[in-house]
Amino acid sequence: MEAALQTNVQACYHCGDSCEDELIVAHDKAFCCTGCKTVYELLEENNLCNYYNLEETPGITGKKPVSEARFAYLDDAGVEAQLISFKSDNICKITFYIPQMHCSSCIWLLENLFKLNPGISETTVNFLRKEVSLTYFHQKTTLRDVVTLLARIGYEPEITLANTDGKKTSKPSRTIIYKLGIAGFAFGNVMLLAFPDYVDFTQGLQRTFGSFFGYLSILLSIPVFFYSARGFFTSAWEGIKQRMVNIDLPISTGLLALFFTSIFDIVTGRGPGYLDSFTGLVFFMLIGKYFQQRTFDSLSFDRDYTSYFPVSITVLKEDGEESSTAVRNLKVGDRIRIRNQELIPADAILLHGRAMIDYSFVSGESEPVEKVVGEVIYAGGRQVGESIEMEVVKEVSQGYLTQLWNDTVFNKNEEHNLHTYSNIAGKWFIIVTMLVAAGALIYWVPRDMDMAMKAFTSVLIIACPCALSLATPFVHGHTMRVFGRNKFYLKNTAVVERLAKIDTVVFDKTGTLTEPSEAELSYTGKELTESQNQAVLSVLRHSTHPLSQRISQGISGTALEVADFKEITGKGLVGEVNGMLVRVGSAAYLGVPAEKQKDTLKTTVYVSIDGVVLGYYTFYNVYRQGLQQVLQGLSDKKIAVLSGDNDHEEARLRELLGKEAELNFNQSPVQKLEYIQQLKTQENRQVLMVGDGLNDAGALKQSDAGIALSNSVTNFSPSCDAILDASAFDRLSTFLKFSKTTMTLILLTFAVSLVYNVIGLTMAVMGLFTPIVSAILMPISTLSVMTFATLSVKYAARKAGL
Amino acid sequence: MYIIFLMIAVSVTVAAAFLGAFLWAVRSGQYDDDYTPAVRMLFDNETTPPKSKPAADKEAK
Repeated sequence: MEAALQTNVQACYHCGDSCEDELIVAHDKAFCCTGCKTVYELLEENNLCNYYNLEETPGITGKKPVSEARFAYLDDAGVEAQLISFKSDNICKITFYIPQMHCSSCIWLLENLFKLNPGISETTVNFLRKEVSLTYFHQKTTLRDVVTLLARIGYEPEITLANTDGKKTSKPSRTIIYKLGIAGFAFGNVMLLAFPDYVDFTQGLQRTFGSFFGYLSILLSIPVFFYSARGFFTSAWEGIKQRMVNIDLPISTGLLALFFTSIFDIVTGRGPGYLDSFTGLVFFMLIGKYFQQRTFDSLSFDRDYTSYFPVSITVLKEDGEESSTAVRNLKVGDRIRIRNQELIPADAILLHGRAMIDYSFVSGESEPVEKVVGEVIYAGGRQVGESIEMEVVKEVSQGYLTQLWNDTVFNKNEEHNLHTYSNIAGKWFIIVTMLVAAGALIYWVPRDMDMAMKAFTSVLIIACPCALSLATPFVHGHTMRVFGRNKFYLKNTAVVERLAKIDTVVFDKTGTLTEPSEAELSYTGKELTESQNQAVLSVLRHSTHPLSQRISQGISGTALEVADFKEITGKGLVGEVNGMLVRVGSAAYLGVPAEKQKDTLKTTVYVSIDGVVLGYYTFYNVYRQGLQQVLQGLSDKKIAVLSGDNDHEEARLRELLGKEAELNFNQSPVQKLEYIQQLKTQENRQVLMVGDGLNDAGALKQSDAGIALSNSVTNFSPSCDAILDASAFDRLSTFLKFSKTTMTLILLTFAVSLVYNVIGLTMAVMGLFTPIVSAILMPISTLSVMTFATLSVKYAARKAGL
Repeated sequence: MYIIFLMIAVSVTVAAAFLGAFLWAVRSGQYDDDYTPAVRMLFDNETTPPKSKPAADKEAK
């Protein structure tokens, strides 16, 4: 039965969408739109249908055709020069960011681009970073052709203003891999040379080759000391300079003691030294660092407005001709055309057309704002509806949004978070170590001078909290991966610790608590009959006004013929259906007296039939699914809402969030930021901000942890500490709880490593610490800490259902 | 017994050569992307035999 049903609605062969609206059958295959069909034909013609064999329906829907004239700005030599990374007489190299990339078919097609355009010589995909590095012959093809081709097959590269800033995306740092490689090399070889010391029957061997092995070990350890381990020394030194103790200070002390004691022992012929322990420790700790550094490459956490703005815009010349210009080159007085869903890049005056500006991303207002000719429209809004013409009044760099962004209060002073668990532990560690070392010295000096020195250095060596320093990166690293699997992406591992300390959660309303694409429609007034309903729908269908479209989506039925349809800009619609005169529009348009208007803050659309006002439509925000669940989970924390919108939803929010919650409406971006600051400084709270738009950017930066909610994680999101996929929103409280659990796990791991340190310290004080003890204790402690951290996080995640 | 000097020298040299190979691999970017090459190697060169298209025919002539 089900199979029969499925065949009724066919899935597009190219993109897999159901072919509900239209069904195009070509080449025995079903397509949902002409866009998909064209791509298929293009691939088929070039013998690239392997694309469809690798994965099912790998395509990207062609329903939104891109106007190719848009890429005209790429012909501009200046823009080209800013985008490409290398140019010689023959070839150009460029790297594009293509967020649409999602499967192995995509990789295959993108790497076979040269079959579609012979001017392209080579393409290499980096799937994790969602990047394509492309080499083309600039005599055979142009940058514009390349981008147009990519857009045509559905992989339009994301080229934003940020790309032209000359800030080339930084390549992942390879230093840690070099360091790891060298430390690993030295560790293996030094251990091999040290092996004869561990077993009795090689005593003779040791006597003959002892010094040779020793000097060779020193030689091998020198690069480890000066290169691989340098990070620990510099970090500790930075700490000392700021009069702070961090975990790297006891580590550095331990490493220095290890290295110099070993050299002293070898040179003076006292023994084989501890160089195997030294190189091993550096190697293991670098593994921890490497683990900590791995993040989500394809996501960008530090975007500013330039990544949000387009690169080009349609400029109208005096003779009415359209041309594409780079946004950066926009001058005051230019006439620009903004089409449906395009972004306004600079503050401009509306000259022509009906502007409905959606500011939800910039200011948090949920409804599009209507602007009339002559009004100034600020940059950052998105036009909804027909295309409009405007005259630029301020350059992009002078615009309201840009100014706001460059405001110094938006720049968080990047304070190094020194109060992390491991740094606090490090502080106690160094104090205890010094006390114990001094104690050992005091005890042994009167008895045995040699023993005193030995005990002293042994204490320093064994107190090196290497296992301790491994605990945090491993627990946090695994936690980050668990979150990533559940669509919650952290910028780095330090965020886990900050999340665990949160006691206040501040939400933005529009787009965060509410579903941005949906609004609930409600009708108040005299009930409409079936035929009246149909008549209203018929009239609404004729209008392209966003409100009309939203209402008509909410009414079911078929549209009828409308006679004498008229749309009065800024007021409403009128039309005759089956002899009924239907008027739909604002209260003023229908002559509803002001005192009768309820809820003036809400967007209302009145309906009248044959001159009688029957009622009105209002919109309610639709709150995200699982919001209740999240709020229940956060009941032990203080909750606040900061909304850029007006307060017409106050009653509903109050009901949802409870009496304790603080609700603030009509908040500007700066007010949001100040509110967070006040919470932090005056109430001394650890604040988590959850937001989605540019208007939250300041607050996100200022908070202890800022989470940007996004419906598609590769889309633009303001700079933040973490990106949460909207589909995982209902798990927010689980994430917070889990980060708390991981802190307990870290403490447990600390306890495990402390056991080894206590055993080692006892032996060191008694003067029993030898290279062999060190060589046994060191790998056991580090390995057991790594295993414990890994397994415990896995177990906790399973228990938390993540 | 002094052969050990030689053997150690050889073993360290071999290890150093591997270290050099590793450093070269990192430098040439082989560690920058650890996912795509794994997928790429599974692609067949041509799974469907090239069809005789008008365009291809012309070129052949």
